[in-house]
This record gives sequence, C-alpha cells and structure tokens, in this order.
Amino acid sequence: MSGELRLVLRKLAEDRLALLGALIVVALVVCAAFAPLLATHPDAVTEFNPAHRLRPPGGQYLMGTDRMGADIYSRLLYGARVTIVIALIAVGTAVAIGVPLGLLAGIRDGVVSDLIMRVADIFLAVPQIVLAIVIAQTLGPSLPNVILALSATFWPWFTRLVYAETRAVRNETFIEATIALGASPARVVWLHVLPNIISPIIVRITLGMGFTILTAAALGFLGLGAPPPTPEWGRTIAESREYLPDAWWYAAAPGLAIFLVVIGFNMLGDGLRDVLDPKTRRAARPRE
Amino acid sequence: MSELLAVRNLAVNYHSERGLVRALDGVSLEIARGEVVGLVGESGCGKSTLARAILGVLPVPAAEVRAGEIRFGGQDLLGMDASDVASRIRGRRITFIPQDPFGSFNPLFTIGQQMLDLMHWKSPRREETGRGLWPAVLTRYPREQRRQDRAAIVEILQAAQIPDPEQALTKLPHELSGGQRQRIMIAMALLPKPELIIADEPTTALDVTIQAQILRLLHREVKRRQVSVLFTTHDLGTAWEICDRIVVMYAGQEVEAAPNAVFFDAPCHPYTAKLLESLPRADGVVKDIPGEIPGLIDPPPGCRFHPRCDHATEVCAATRPPVTGMLHTVRCHHPLRAAS
Repeated sequence: MSGELRLVLRKLAEDRLALLGALIVVALVVCAAFAPLLATHPDAVTEFNPAHRLRPPGGQYLMGTDRMGADIYSRLLYGARVTIVIALIAVGTAVAIGVPLGLLAGIRDGVVSDLIMRVADIFLAVPQIVLAIVIAQTLGPSLPNVILALSATFWPWFTRLVYAETRAVRNETFIEATIALGASPARVVWLHVLPNIISPIIVRITLGMGFTILTAAALGFLGLGAPPPTPEWGRTIAESREYLPDAWWYAAAPGLAIFLVVIGFNMLGDGLRDVLDPKTRRAARPRE
Repeated sequence: MSELLAVRNLAVNYHSERGLVRALDGVSLEIARGEVVGLVGESGCGKSTLARAILGVLPVPAAEVRAGEIRFGGQDLLGMDASDVASRIRGRRITFIPQDPFGSFNPLFTIGQQMLDLMHWKSPRREETGRGLWPAVLTRYPREQRRQDRAAIVEILQAAQIPDPEQALTKLPHELSGGQRQRIMIAMALLPKPELIIADEPTTALDVTIQAQILRLLHREVKRRQVSVLFTTHDLGTAWEICDRIVVMYAGQEVEAAPNAVFFDAPCHPYTAKLLESLPRADGVVKDIPGEIPGLIDPPPGCRFHPRCDHATEVCAATRPPVTGMLHTVRCHHPLRAAS
C-alpha cells in the first residue's frame, strides 16, 4: 500500500499543474496553521484603527488596510483559517452522509434505494447556491449555519457518485464470488466495494473543497456568512465595494486569495483524477 | 454411500420482460459424499441456474424459486434463515470455483490478503461468533489462528502446484497467469475444508493445454480429501475425465443420470445419444442435433425434447415423461434401452 502511495505521489509530481495545485493547497494550510506567526499585525485583525484606514499596499502594510484600519494581509491569513474550517467540516459532513447513503442505495434494490436516490435528486434539482442561501438565510448568518447549509446541500453529489460506482462494481465477478462464499453484506460493501470506488471519491472531495470554498465566499459576500469582525474572504470583498475603485487592494487581495485557492484545489483534483482513474489516464491526450 | 446433497423437483423462474422464463422445471439431483457429479448440457439448459440455486446466489429479484427443495446434509437450505446459510454453510461447507479466474479476484488486494481474508471468517479453526453489521468487518484476526491459517494456505498452494507459494501470496491477481489463478481458486475452494464444491465450468476460460492439468489437479485433490463436487460443463470430454456420475440437462430438466462408465456405453435418452454422436470424432465427421434448443418462456408441452427427437410419438407431445430407473435414471417415454 505504501508503494502504491509512492507511485501516486510520483505520478502527481510529474503532472506540473497538479503539483502547482498541491503547492497552493499546502500554502493555504501553512497560512492557516501559522497565521499568528506569519501575520505582520496579528492584533489588528479585529481592532478598530481609524488613523490607518484605507492605506495602500506598501510600508508596514503589505496589502494595505481596510475601512477599519486593519492590515488586510493579516486578515487574509486568519481568513484562511475560516475558509479551511468551513471547507473541511462541510465536505467532511457531506462525505459522511453521502457516501454511506450511496453505498446503501447502490447495493440494495427496491424501495430503500429508490427513496434515497429520489431525495438526492430533489436536492440536485435546485442549484446548490440557491438552496444554501435559503438555508443560511433561514437559520441566520453565523459560521455553523454556513457549514450546515453547505453540507446539507453537498451530500447528494457524493450519493450520486457512489451510487453509480457501486452499481458498476456490484456486477463484477469477484463481488458475486464473495457473496457466493457467504460474505455478509457489510463485508462486501466495506471491504470490497468501497476500496474499489475510493479513487473517484477522493477526486470528488478535492474538487468539492474548491467548490465549497467558492460557495462559502459567495454566502459571505451576500452577508450570510460569519458576522463581522470575522475576517471572512467573501465578506471582505462585500465590504470593499463602497471604496472601489480607489481602494483597489481592498477587494483584490481576498479576491485573488479565493481565486488561487479554488484553482489550486481544482488543479489538484484534475491531477488526482488522471493519476487515480486508469480509464481517463488511458484516454488522456498526449501532452509534452 | 450416503447422500450429501439432494435436490428434489426444483423449479426456478426468471421474470423477464418477455415473460416468465422457466429456467428450472422440476429438476432432481443427488450427490453422494465424495462423489464427483458432472452436470452436462448446452448453454441455457439451466445448469448454471442450478449451481447458483444450490449456492443460494440466484439473482434477486429476477429469479424466484417456485417449488422443490434443496437438502444438504439433512438440512433444507431453502427453508433455513438466509443469513444462517451465509454464515454457516456457504463458504464453509459448500464452496465454489468460479468460471472466470480473471474477474473473480478483487483487483486491489494481493492473493495473500484475499486468501487470509477468506480464512479470517471461514476458517475451519474459527470460533463461531455473533453476527452484526460491524463485527463482520471489524473483528480482529486472532494471531494464533492467523498463523495456522497462513500455514494451511501455503500448504494448500503447494498441493495446487503453485511454484513458490510464499512469493505468490504477495502478488496481485493481474500478475499471475489464468492457469495459476484458477489453481489458486481451487486452493481457496478447498481451504475451508468443505463437504461440497460447486465448480461452474472452471476450465472454460482456460487454454486447452492448461485445462487438462487443472482437471487432474482438481480430481486428485478432491478425491484425496473426499470432497463431493458438482461440476458443470458443456464439454462431455471434460465430464468423462473427472466425473463419477454424469447428469444431462435439457431445457431446464435433467433427462438422464448415470454412472460414468454406463453413461458413455449405454445412453438411454435419445438426447444423450445425439449428444454423444455430436462429439467430434477422429474421422472428422461432426454430427449436429437438428432443430434448436426450445425457448424456456413457452417450452414445448410433454417431453421437452420431442420436437427434435427421432423417436417421438404422439404421447411425447401430450404428456410429460416420467423418470424411470434407479441407479441410471432417464426421463423419456421411449428410452433407447431399459434403464437399470
């Protein structure tokens, strides 16, 4: 298994876009983990400092200051923490709900399967952002509610994926052979089906992280995210609108951060898909 | 010899879009302890359905057992609790060798992992434990049992003529040849010390040169261990090589059952005679059986073979033939010779 992991990592390292994506993701994690060390004004993140408001980048403020006079660079670093917490918990919850439901629906026939999939379809019929806005708006703007809104709307993606993959694997001869040797359904599902469909799940998790961060930023922008003074990226952009185009750095810094992180996760996800999924690997166009 | 498996009047239907398929229609079959029984028939005659029915892995909800019973060691398998059959019978007292050695291993795990996984829950040394959703997956593998099981695996791989078993255990399925994989499948079928092995055309996916080796291996190992085998095949030559008794199936019914020697020398059913004539001969003459296998949605009334039979009379089209004979049974109104 470790040899396999090494192989995956080596192939990933050969794919330059995926490597770049991985570096961005690592950078995000480092920023979030060491925010207090990396920040130039760790105390000013939530403080009111009117004398220094809307300073352009340069000098002691790497990326300028916002309308409160707080250092935008420091706020970005702390915002990375919020972003990671939202994405990890939301995607984690979606996986924890969506994957078992998909497995159950995939392995069973009849009412159970139909019920799960139709409920998932209902969620999928409404655009995720619209549904998330409705939930977040109804529950009131706060960090837990954003996470709840995102995970409640993201799980059907995993259920759909896992359902389809399970159906495909279920008809493999070795699954039939395992059942004929008297394996319990739980054994078949956890030890034989799940390991065979883990690759697409990992890819979907990676892509889903980027997607969730984007949606979370959108919710923050609409004022449905964590209330101020939480240094949430989407909210920062929303705040900056009054001061555009003069204070361009105010919007540009969080905007670029969101852009980079999302594209980083997407590039990593695409790279993982090429490495983990032999089917698309074979079909991949010859490059370089 | 005492009988181990008795299938009586088993009827299985498949629900298809075009109607009800009578895949099995009153099949009876007996296997004694230590006996190798060949189940011979053309494609679609129901031999795989019978094998699956005995294993209890008919595709639900399409298949439905309409009537009959399957008694194994005195217990009615169809009447038993399904999870009891799964935990106590399947994989322990009845194992099977699949048709396709290529797709029957999980491609993600090494041979050793898969064999140990089977032994983890089907080892003859394993204590019966409670069942549930989690315990099946999460139970630890007792170290001493694991050591013994591993030794048993290496021993059985040697018996299956796998060169360097220790090395083979670390290989992934795709790193082995088809013949080696089928040897390992046979080894796995023997591992839990079963009483009955269902072998569903275990050699059809292999090269002819490998087939004979695999058959000899299977025959030697099951005879040494006194394991009964139900061996389905469409190849009479294969059946002749390893079976003690041969059962011929036609259109969802068994039409003739006889000990190996009698079967080839003195077939009673016209279909069997035609089947034997259709074997390729040294002089190059190949005879086929005129007509086609009847569809099982609307099978012919009376004797199922009568539209293709030279000996058919009015009674054949009107009434179902009775099964006659004791050791050598035949389902025919006009058997070629009296069955013993």
